[in-house]
Formats: sequence, C-alpha cells, structure tokens
Amino acid sequence: MNIAAESKRTRDSNSLLQVEQLKKYFPVRAGLLRRVVNQVRAVDGVSLQIASGKTIGLVGESGCGKSTLGRAILQLQKPTAGNVFLAGKEITGMSHAELKESRRDMQIIFQDPYASLSPRRTVAQIIREPLDVHRIGSPSERRRRVSELLEVVGLRPQILNRYPHEFSGGQRQRIGIARALAPKPKFIVADEPVSALDVSVQSQVLNLIAELKRDLGIAFLFISHDLAVIQHVSDTVAVMYLGRLVEEASAEDIYRFPKHPYTEALLSAIPVPDPKRKSSRIILGGDVPSPAHPPSGCPFHPRCPAAMDRCSDVPPPRTDQGGPGRPHYVSCHLYNGIES
Amino acid sequence: MSDGSEILLSIRDLRVEFATEQGVVRAVDGVSFDVHAGETVGLVGESGCGKTVTGLSILRLVPCPPGRIAAGQIEFRGQDLLQLDTRQMRDIRGSRISMIFQEPMTALNPVFTIGNQMVDVLRDHEKMTRRQARTAAIEMLDKVGIPDPAVRIDEYPHQLSGGMRQRVMIAMALSCGPELLIADEPTTALDVTTQAQVLDQIVSLQEEFQMAVILITHDLGVVAEVCSRAIVMYCGSVVENGSIEPLFEQPRHPYTAGLLNSIPRIRDDRLGKLPVIEGMVPDLLQLPAGCRFADRCGRASGVCIESRPQLNDGAGGQTAVACFNPIDVQQ
Repeated sequence: MNIAAESKRTRDSNSLLQVEQLKKYFPVRAGLLRRVVNQVRAVDGVSLQIASGKTIGLVGESGCGKSTLGRAILQLQKPTAGNVFLAGKEITGMSHAELKESRRDMQIIFQDPYASLSPRRTVAQIIREPLDVHRIGSPSERRRRVSELLEVVGLRPQILNRYPHEFSGGQRQRIGIARALAPKPKFIVADEPVSALDVSVQSQVLNLIAELKRDLGIAFLFISHDLAVIQHVSDTVAVMYLGRLVEEASAEDIYRFPKHPYTEALLSAIPVPDPKRKSSRIILGGDVPSPAHPPSGCPFHPRCPAAMDRCSDVPPPRTDQGGPGRPHYVSCHLYNGIES
Repeated sequence: MSDGSEILLSIRDLRVEFATEQGVVRAVDGVSFDVHAGETVGLVGESGCGKTVTGLSILRLVPCPPGRIAAGQIEFRGQDLLQLDTRQMRDIRGSRISMIFQEPMTALNPVFTIGNQMVDVLRDHEKMTRRQARTAAIEMLDKVGIPDPAVRIDEYPHQLSGGMRQRVMIAMALSCGPELLIADEPTTALDVTTQAQVLDQIVSLQEEFQMAVILITHDLGVVAEVCSRAIVMYCGSVVENGSIEPLFEQPRHPYTAGLLNSIPRIRDDRLGKLPVIEGMVPDLLQLPAGCRFADRCGRASGVCIESRPQLNDGAGGQTAVACFNPIDVQQ
C-alpha cells in the first residue's frame, strides 16, 4: 500500500515538468441560491511535458485557456482534475507548506509590467522578495544576489533604490524577470511577457529571455497569442483552442508543416510587413465560441473550412503524425485513422 | 500612389501640447502631411509617438485641458478645421469625418441598444424619421457582416463579442457616408483571426464608399496589408512618408529600417538573435536639440546632434524622409 501511494506521487522521466490530463473548470452560478448551473471549461484535459532547459510555446486566441493553464500548472489556481509533476514530484494535491517549498523551483513572469510590480516598493525590495519569502541566504548574500540579477537582466545597479513608476515598460519587464529568476527556479511560466511592449523594446526582452534559457538552463512555458514571437523562443509549440491542445510539434515542423486547420488559419492570418505578399489568407468565419457552451464534437468545427459530418458529433482523438523521433500531435478528424 | 487625385486633408505644422505637472509636453511637434481622396494611409509609430493625438486633433477631440492645439492648420477640402466654431465642427464629426477607436466597449454606450445609438447618429446628421433611420441602420449592420442584423440591432453592446462590437462601431462610423475615416488601432484589441476579418471588412467598405482612411497603428504588418502609403512617426514628428513598396523594401530613415528589422516574423531559418533598436525613446520633457532619434541611431553624425532634420520632398519615387544621413539605395 505504501509503495502504491508513493508511486502515485512521483514520476521518473527525463521531463522536468509533466502535465497529465489537467482540467480547470469554473462554476457558473445563478439564481437566489447561487446554484451551479454550468461550468466554464477553461482547460479541458491538457497533457504536456517540458524537458529541462527547453521552451514550450503555448499559442492561442484570447479566452482559449492558455493563461489559466499556466496558472493551473503553478497551482496558482487549483486544478479541477489532473496531475502535475515537477522534477518527478507531484505538486497537485500538495499541502500548503509543501507547495511553498516547491515554489522556489517554479516562477512566473506576468504580462502587464505596470500591474505586476508593487508601486510602494523599491526595485531592490521587489527583486529580493522571493529570497526573503523562501529565506534564501543571509542579508548580505541576498543583497549580492540582487545586484547580480540586475546585471543578468541588463539593468544598471544604480537603480536599486528607485520605484517602478520611474521606469519604462521594457525596464519594468526586466525587473519582473529578475524577480522570477531570484530563487534560481528550474521552471518559469512566461505569460505574454512582451505583448504589452512596443516592437523595438519587445525584441530586446525576447533576446534576453532566449539568453536566459541558454545560459541558465531554465525550462519555460512561454504563453503568447503571437505565433511570430513564439517561433523565436520555442523548441516545441502547442496550439490551444477552447481549452484543448489541437496541435503540438517542434517549432520547425509546426511552422513548415502545420496540420490542424486552426493552426493553418492562425498562421495565415498574421499580418506580414511585406506589401508584395498580397495575401492568400484563410479568413475564418465567426468568433471563438464561449467555453461555457463548447460546440459538440470537435470544438473548432463551426469555424473549420474542412469540417466534415463526424466533426460535429465525435471529438477527434489525438494522433501522432510525425516521423520517427519527431512527434507531431494533431487532434483532427482529417488525420484520424491515418498512421504516420 | 495617389498622384492626380485631389487632396482631401492637408495638415501643416501641427503642434499639440499637454500641460503636465512637470511642464509642457509637446506630443505632436510640427507634423505635416496630406491625405488624398479615397486613399488608405497608415499612420505608424510606437506608443507615445503622437499618432493618436494627431488623429484626435483632426476632429478636435484632444482633451482640453490638459491638451491644446498650439499651432498649425488642418485643412479639410480647403477649409481650416481649427477655425470652425463648435457647431460647425459638430456637423462635420460623424458625418463627413468619422473615427473609430481601439476599444469598442468604451466607445459604445452600455445602457442603450446599438440600434438606439445608430439611429441617434443618423438622425443627428440626416433628415430621417426614426423608422427610416432604423432601416438604414439595419442595412449598415448587414454591410459590415453582422449576422441577423434585424435581431442584433436591439441588443446591448455587452451581448456582442469584441469583433462584433468593432463592426458595430464601423457601421456607426460609416452610416452617414463620411469622406474620411480615422481608425485608431481598430484591430489591436482583437485576436488575429478576428483582426483579419475586420481588416478585410474595412478594405472592402473603403472601396465601396470611396472614402479615405487614416489607419493609426503600431503594427507594420497591418499597414502592409491594407495601406497604399505609410507615414512613420517618432517622438512627435514625421520621420518618413511614402508609398508602402519603397517604404517597406528600401526604408530610408534608420528608425523605419530598425523598426522593420525588429519585428519578429515567421521565417524558415530561425535567427539566433532578433535585431534590436538599442536604447529607448527620449523623455518628451527633455528632448534633444537635434534629431530625436540620434542617440539610438547608428548613422548619426555631428549635424544630427546639433539640428533637427526637416522632412524632404522625396522626389523620384523615393520616400520623403527627415534625416541628414538617410540610407541610400545606391550605396
């Protein structure tokens, strides 16, 4: 019994992070008694793995559940079902104290550099907060670590005693990154870290993230709605639609050989700064459906240019359409029954 | 380009100032450009470059105070809009010049149905009965691609999705058949697939209504897709102005070139590092005396530090550029 309980809580594999059938439902309440009348299926059975030092790019439109997935992995929102393993240890269902210990290893970078830094704290206080919380190092070691982090993210040490309002969006995002790096995490969720920034600054921050990944060997879940940004930082790309992953493959394969009709449409809808490319765009009809009332069968079928009869009835299974050693997962009836 | 067609809007030396606690900030500083009838012009730049303030100035919607149009002319069909009285200006807004905004939820009134709001606009500018206006509004909603317009017209803004709301805004803006539409980041709040739908809609309506469009955006990709000309702004002034082919293929201003380079694009060979424009936009309160891009520019020389370059004429199919050391094609 002991062994069974133990094996349930651990996984040994080469992946740093393993997510299995993760679900996060939000109840919809109505009426006088606030009874639960429906569920918003923000994340509806997502599995993925991230190896040490690798980056998964998670792409999808607003409301597809990508941020909720990131937060559910970090246990910032308690998942409804499913398991998450970090370095072999299951973190779903951990006690508060155990979870706090694990949080040293997993951090987050937020989208909005204006809302995610306390206006009343100095840069030094903000960056050393994780060190204080986790009681890492002596006060002088913490001070040293903060200066070191500033250098890593490309900020001058003179700014230590200044406040967030004195900085531009790009600089604030660097402060947020330094804070996430402070406890030397193994895994970071970067939730749209550059979408609030202007292009010229965006590329500076993207280069910084790519550098960190290379030099520090941190695994990233990089969430973005922008496929072009995702390409620059990711080893693997996962495309999400209405709470589910519809396609997952290496960054090279997904851009060169997209398989799911949704991925194809997403890729072709990106405006390209080249006036000669007068587009061969696939324009999808309609809007993303509400996750409270997902369509039957394949969630994409009402907008899909290739929809067939069975798409509205049966949810498509996930199949591997890649070559040997190059998995390329697609959930689409077009590929159902075809073995790679 | 739009040679031969008449000039619809002509902005000369526009200066807009904002009073702040730290002093007066010149958000727009000497902007001049023309818009020809029926053309689509992109007004591009990063946040804080003055593109939105320029757009708002055309309709005299700059919040005052703290803002103030300090100098310049904005001639619309030969008439200086800055000289009109409030009533005359009201007649032009929404009727001959319309504007749509980035966030349609804040631009629509949440307590009225969209039909109510559209009928108001129509009846304000045209002699129409309520019933006629309603029919016209339904027709317009149909044109912008709203399914079941006769039903949707009685819904409230919160019942519509973001893309739908933006379509309603477009329908409202176009209901009086304006000659000029100013679209301020109309697709920035939308997802890529919805953005593609809305951009397509704007292009086809622009052709149908023969109106000119000023598309204000930070997204050079959007400009390349829909505009015939682009005006690039940096720090309150125009740095480059020209047809999109030369502008995107042989940008002459180092800022335009840097901006184009730093956009992450999908490519077959992944770059190790994205090219960047080093440094950041100068503080509007402490502007340098010379070229405002000089401290981030690899081509800057002594003259760039000392004096401010003026926008040249851009003869011979080249773009007009405000730079002492433009990137020359021959080199």
